Amino acid sequence: MKSNNLYQYLLLLGDHSMILGHRLSELCGHGPSLETDIALTNISLDLFGQVRSYFQYAAKLAGGDATENTIAYLRTERKYLSSTILEQENRDFAHVIVRQFLFDVYHRLLLEELQNSKDDQIAAIATKSLKEVKYHLRFSTSWMNRLGAGTEESNQRMQVALDYLLPMAHELVTASDIETAMKDEEIAPDLNVLAIEYWTQVKAVIQESNLKYPEFKDRVVRGKQGIHSEHMGRLLSEFQYMQRAYPNMQW
Amino acid sequence: MVAAINHIEDPKINAILREVSDPEIPVLSIMDMGVVRSVERVGEHELLIKITPTYSGCPAMDTIATDIMLALGGAGFKTKVELVLSPAWTTDWITEYGRKQLQEYGIAPPESESLDKAALIDGKRVVACPQCKSKNTEMVSQFGSTACKALFKCLDCLEPFDYFKCLK
Ligand SMILES: [Zn+2]
Repeated sequence: MKSNNLYQYLLLLGDHSMILGHRLSELCGHGPSLETDIALTNISLDLFGQVRSYFQYAAKLAGGDATENTIAYLRTERKYLSSTILEQENRDFAHVIVRQFLFDVYHRLLLEELQNSKDDQIAAIATKSLKEVKYHLRFSTSWMNRLGAGTEESNQRMQVALDYLLPMAHELVTASDIETAMKDEEIAPDLNVLAIEYWTQVKAVIQESNLKYPEFKDRVVRGKQGIHSEHMGRLLSEFQYMQRAYPNMQW
Repeated sequence: MVAAINHIEDPKINAILREVSDPEIPVLSIMDMGVVRSVERVGEHELLIKITPTYSGCPAMDTIATDIMLALGGAGFKTKVELVLSPAWTTDWITEYGRKQLQEYGIAPPESESLDKAALIDGKRVVACPQCKSKNTEMVSQFGSTACKALFKCLDCLEPFDYFKCLK
């Protein structure tokens, strides 16, 4: 069971980077300006690089015919363990930035802790990824500031995105059974502790960006248990298309 | 090169590895890039080469691994290439010669961590234009043509250029 928990945890880590990475890849050639288009696809590439590291490791644990690709492409929806916020659509640039920012704050705090994981390979992946994620957070924070404190319209759109996405962010910092098991083995950090710093940082940036912290009740979201929103099915049908249409195809 | 325990310095092998470059920055050999972490002899004509990625998503790593096997294969070595993540690559591992090569190629080499921050976050004019050497330059985008670069422009000669971001 020990290695099964570790395997599931690697899926969870990889799925978070992969589902967001896929959403960002949809913007390739569609970004609002050349620079942001390049930035978002670069971030997507970093995220997919991390996914490869996690899934190559997971495939080794699984043994048999498992490869990074079978793990990435050949699971059914219920087996993907990413938080619900990440599969939300690119409704407009404000949604893209708010979703990115809420994830980046969590991602940086998580990787900082995972650098000290008892699992050496996870620690190595985290140390590597952290350097990249610092850039992601800089990017999303600067756009939070610019659009929040920009024009009336940009501020209003950011507020709409924040009101929609923030009620789902708690899932990122709420431990699932797998994460709790990993915490007990000192492989993963205690998300209860991480959550405190998370909300402090999120609130600070919301405030400095002239945005209002929305009054909300947390939405019930269970992506980390494999129970996703309506958007996930459509996302996966695009994501898995080639492998489903041409099984075992290779480039 | 940060050497593994069984690392060997063989001038002939090093010379062959110097011919292999990152396909996205062809002037820079993987040796000057700091991508090759160790060379180990595991048999009479068998080698184990450990390489590390610059960025996690660097699409060049697969090509680099293949190029290493082909180059050393041509010299009669059966070669296995292994990807290692720890310790994580940093721009400090680019050699002095490599920095010069970048500069001549038109890519501004990475600045120190503090200067890098000043340029990328505070918009300070500290990165020298690789064409005219002026520091009267400004960042256009924190992200550039590849994961490792940011896009800059020179306000004196008006040329746009890539800046290799500091990674520590
Ligand atoms: Zn110039």
